[in-house]
Amino acid sequence: MPSLILKTATRLLVGLILTFAVYLLLRGHNAPGGGFSAALIAGTGFALFAIAEGPSAVRRALRVAPQHIAMGGLVLAIVSGLAGTLTGRTFLTGVWWIWQPGRPHEVAVGSPLFFDVGVFLAVLGTILTLILALEEN
Amino acid sequence: MIMVAENGKPSIFGRISSLIPLGLFGTLICFLPQVAGGAVYRIRLNWIPSLGVTLSIMIDGLSLLFALIICCVGLFVTLYAADYLPQASDRRRFFVYLHGFLLAMLGLVLADNLLGLFVFWELTTIISYLLIGFESESATARQNARQALLVTGAGGLALLVGILLLGEIAGTYDIAQITLLSDAVKADPLYLAVLSMVFLGAFTKSAQIPFHFWLPNAMTAPTPISAFLHSATMVKAGIFLLARMHPILGGTFAWMGTLVIVGGLTAVLGSVLAIRACDMKRILAYTTIMALGILTMFLGGKTTPSLTAAMTFLMVHSLYKSSLFLVVGIIDHQTGTRRIDQLGGLLKPMPITAFANAAAALSMAGFPLFFGFIGKEIMYKGALTEDVFPIYATAAAVLANSLMAAVAGILIIIPFRGELQKTPAVAREAPPAMWLGPATMGGLGLIFGIVPDWIGRWLIKPAVKAFHPSMEVIQLKLFYGINEPLLLSIATLSLGATLYLLRKPLRQVIGSALERLPGRFEQLYSGALDGLAGIARTQTDFLQSGSLHRYLSVIIGFVVVAVGLPLVAGGRLPAAMPNSGSTITGWLVVGIITLAVIVVVGAGSRLLAICCLGVVGAGVALLFLIYGAPDVALTQLLVETLTVVIVALVLLRLPNLNSRRPVPLPVRLSNALLAVAFGTLISALILTVSQTELDRSLTYFFEANSYIAAHGRNIVNVILVDFRSLDTLGEITVVALAGLAGYALIQTRKES
Repeated sequence: MPSLILKTATRLLVGLILTFAVYLLLRGHNAPGGGFSAALIAGTGFALFAIAEGPSAVRRALRVAPQHIAMGGLVLAIVSGLAGTLTGRTFLTGVWWIWQPGRPHEVAVGSPLFFDVGVFLAVLGTILTLILALEEN
Repeated sequence: MIMVAENGKPSIFGRISSLIPLGLFGTLICFLPQVAGGAVYRIRLNWIPSLGVTLSIMIDGLSLLFALIICCVGLFVTLYAADYLPQASDRRRFFVYLHGFLLAMLGLVLADNLLGLFVFWELTTIISYLLIGFESESATARQNARQALLVTGAGGLALLVGILLLGEIAGTYDIAQITLLSDAVKADPLYLAVLSMVFLGAFTKSAQIPFHFWLPNAMTAPTPISAFLHSATMVKAGIFLLARMHPILGGTFAWMGTLVIVGGLTAVLGSVLAIRACDMKRILAYTTIMALGILTMFLGGKTTPSLTAAMTFLMVHSLYKSSLFLVVGIIDHQTGTRRIDQLGGLLKPMPITAFANAAAALSMAGFPLFFGFIGKEIMYKGALTEDVFPIYATAAAVLANSLMAAVAGILIIIPFRGELQKTPAVAREAPPAMWLGPATMGGLGLIFGIVPDWIGRWLIKPAVKAFHPSMEVIQLKLFYGINEPLLLSIATLSLGATLYLLRKPLRQVIGSALERLPGRFEQLYSGALDGLAGIARTQTDFLQSGSLHRYLSVIIGFVVVAVGLPLVAGGRLPAAMPNSGSTITGWLVVGIITLAVIVVVGAGSRLLAICCLGVVGAGVALLFLIYGAPDVALTQLLVETLTVVIVALVLLRLPNLNSRRPVPLPVRLSNALLAVAFGTLISALILTVSQTELDRSLTYFFEANSYIAAHGRNIVNVILVDFRSLDTLGEITVVALAGLAGYALIQTRKES
């Protein structure tokens, strides 16, 4: 039976860890981070959650089976690659949309961002698949 | 297999899907007038331009004859199957396979590119596997489907080799262009290699000796499938290949001699086995082998009579064989058995079936007024004028045809005459959708037999012309006058009648002769298969011992030898320790790592060991951070953390380290030796690498272009998700699949 301290701390920590994961995911293109690291952080957060509250609580919170998250990530990565194909270039060529180009606060959103989200989901889904299965075993 | 007569409603899905063959038939027949006039249609689509592969279609006399037969038989088989299959079976799957097969077969005969032809060839092999094994709950069906797949698939591989060689010789895979280079191909030193590879492909697909054994076993398929696969399609693919290759490779002694001898042997063997069989479907399977042998034998010739014989008999056989298979299916469906010794007196309850059966079987026997008679006349004419071994060919044809006549007698008389036998289900006439096909195709056999001229002009002549435009053509006639073929025909029918009367002693003689035969080909096949499985098992047991310790020792030991030897032998060992950049902090981290390693080695519990390994990893991450690789450090740290979590989860389920019996000293020593060697190797390797001047042009490229081309300042991430994103896609695919595989492993452990 997990301790009360662990359970209480987990409540606070999991939200913090997951937020940090999303932060790492989004800033990855310009500073250390990215889909893979973010997925590892999120995976650690969920692992903590699973140890404290049991795997079924994690499954309820996820709502989607972890295998489906992994496959969805793969699909998203492939679809983001198709954006290049649709604009007449080779598969996986980045397609960019730039808000206020040339200004200091220009924002560039492109298909590589979605590709990175795909990487995040694929890795996270895989980690969760294994961790939850091991926990339930 | 017993089918109950009442099996509910016919499949609407199946009936609607018959529009596919109907539509294709309608489309193809529009080409008939022009093609009969000598036109050749070519439609070309680029498929893989870099390899010269085009998805090109060629409609000439030969491909049109095959395509029309495929669509016609496909149409009747579809209508038939919609009523035949029991409602409980997965009928939609069946029709999807059936039409998939039909389309693959059409692609095969219409292909104008050897590689395209090969792709369709393999498709027919694969779909035939699904069709033969359709009743997948039956172990026999699965086994026989696998046998067909392995035999024809092995032949397909040989064919691929032949095609590639041919492409190398000719410099193109375009069939029409290769045909123009025929003389050069025949003069090439690789000609015999090409020929034997193509023959292997054709002989396995078309069930020639010694590969014939898969065909009767494929009878475990539902009867409509047998009708389709063994009358008009699958097995005819090999025949088509020989016909297509005839203008390119044919006419040499090696071609003619092989085909005539193998074809003749196959024809006689098939008809001998047919006499002996009891199951009506098996009888038909053996007669199919006979027909394939005859076709192969006549494709061996290069003159008009023999090629006309092949093309005419191709049509004759497709018509009678498909209707006979469907008739057997009706009998099986309506009475519950298809053993010839359990049937009798079906004429009264099933008159239409009896008519269809009689018409088809008389055509098979080569009875006058039937299409088969004309086929046989031309066959004898072709055999007598065969370019090599005419006497052998004639003797084989007469013997096989006499036996066929006897088999036809058995099929016509025994199930339908005499007293009505008691069968598992009460016999009554089949629904119209079922007898429509056999009755039509049987009737066509009679019509074509009476007015053969039309069919000769529109279908046979263009097909023969496709071999060589200058071919003379024999007119198909009901009566050519009193000549040698007619005399041989009379002899055949009388011999057939005698054999029919003598069938019982004949069966015994054949049976005992077969038992005395030493190794049968099928035993060779299963022996080879068992041998292969045995080798696989032995080497799996040897390599996959299940001991993680052994796996790791082998892998690490291999790396030490494979990387260490060149390093030492090449004299590229590091000369001295590099002096640059070592700080107090760095040495401190190294000290922590060393300490953690010592604790790991001496650890008494797994948890302690894994935690200390985590310390090692974290220390390495710190080193990365110190030397300016924050992304790598971050990832390393996270991976270490997760590894500790996951391994801890696994460890909780393992027994304590101390509870195991102690590892003997020699093993411990060799482990230590291996570990030290590996550690030394990696250190030496890194020192060596750091002494070489790095080529930094890639780094400069990424630094210069990362923000301009990919809008990112973190080069590592830009490389991962943009510059080299295909690699990343591959990696996450591997990660996700490895996750699924691991999940499956955990689940099976849970269940067991």
